[in-house]
Amino acid sequence: MDVNDFVKNFADQFEETDSSLFTPQTNFHDLDEWDSLVALSVIAMIDEHYGVKIKGEQIRNSGTIEDLYIQVRGNV
Amino acid sequence: MGKAYIKAISYYLPEKVVTNTEIAELFPDWSAEKVASKIGVIERHISAPDETSLDMAEKAALSLIKRHDIDKDDIDFVLLCTQSPDYFLPTSACILQDRLGLPLTCGALDFNLGCSGYIYGLALAKGLLSSGTANNILLVTSETYSKFIHEKDKGNRTIFGDAATATLVSKSGYMEIMEFDLGTDGSGAENLIVKRGGMRNRNSAGNLQFDDAGNPQSEDHLYMNGSEIFNFTLEFIPKLVYKTLEKNNMEFDNIDLFVFHQVNKYMLEFLRKKLKIPHDKFVYHMEHVGNTVSSTIPIALAELDKSSLPRHLLLAGFGVGLSWGGVILNSCENI
Repeated sequence: MDVNDFVKNFADQFEETDSSLFTPQTNFHDLDEWDSLVALSVIAMIDEHYGVKIKGEQIRNSGTIEDLYIQVRGNV
Repeated sequence: MGKAYIKAISYYLPEKVVTNTEIAELFPDWSAEKVASKIGVIERHISAPDETSLDMAEKAALSLIKRHDIDKDDIDFVLLCTQSPDYFLPTSACILQDRLGLPLTCGALDFNLGCSGYIYGLALAKGLLSSGTANNILLVTSETYSKFIHEKDKGNRTIFGDAATATLVSKSGYMEIMEFDLGTDGSGAENLIVKRGGMRNRNSAGNLQFDDAGNPQSEDHLYMNGSEIFNFTLEFIPKLVYKTLEKNNMEFDNIDLFVFHQVNKYMLEFLRKKLKIPHDKFVYHMEHVGNTVSSTIPIALAELDKSSLPRHLLLAGFGVGLSWGGVILNSCENI
């Protein structure tokens, strides 16, 4: 499991946001496109790619994409 | 065991329509186009302030009786599914018996379920028929979630619409009700709940707050934990589909049409992809009604063209409870 792959998979859930804005340190809650629907896409992506059920609370408590990656890695 | 059939279905939608343009005016960060493309709803019907689930149930039932030329005296049981009843007591189904002028020999009861309600209603109706307790069951679904939703709750106001449906389940009809798979996980109760008003918390909480995204949160109103409901759906509904097939000794490819609870387009699309169901075998019917809770499946069924019905239909309802149920309908030839 690699953080850069995770960032790419995360970025794939967005339609309008420029891909250059996604790094492990990105505070994804601050992105204009981020909303509850994108959060559902991220949950589905993590389920599909990593076989991990992530809770909405874990997404809310993650500041950066890397924070979320660490949560997922801890559950694989 | 005796056979049970759906003989007729009708539905009622309240007069008032809330369009995406109105939603977008209230919540400017979502365009009307975005709501339509993501959620799959263009407009939803909302009950009038003085219009209740019982009023709507009556209208749906009268429409069924009139359109399908049903003799009221033949109806010997009323099952009414609602979570927004007129009273704690008596049960709405009793009042409905009187309003419709059904025989005094008619049995009647309400049952409290949401998005899985229609499947459970069919299961109860089939049981009543099979046991010889009743011969013609009026199964009604009627819900006014709009009355539970806070006016500033963008997500829920976008998704939900009010509606009522009426189905006649009988010993003959155009779709045979086959075998069921049902399930419950009450540990998820808090993920979709109206906390106040019942006996545990009788009085208003008056604890309205707004979260960081500006969404209202209050125990007096409908609360839905979208991400937990989504996780539940992804985990349990594919299993429900497979178990329903198993109970009916059928294969995935035998199903000609999948009619799922119309939760919203976004979640349905994830489910469809996860189950690898082709587009042409999957029903989307929410554009002009929204998520009408226990009424989504019968509304979708009522809209099918009876002259070219698919042979095998798999229905799946799931949601508040948490509760879920699946069943297969076999359409009958030469009706």
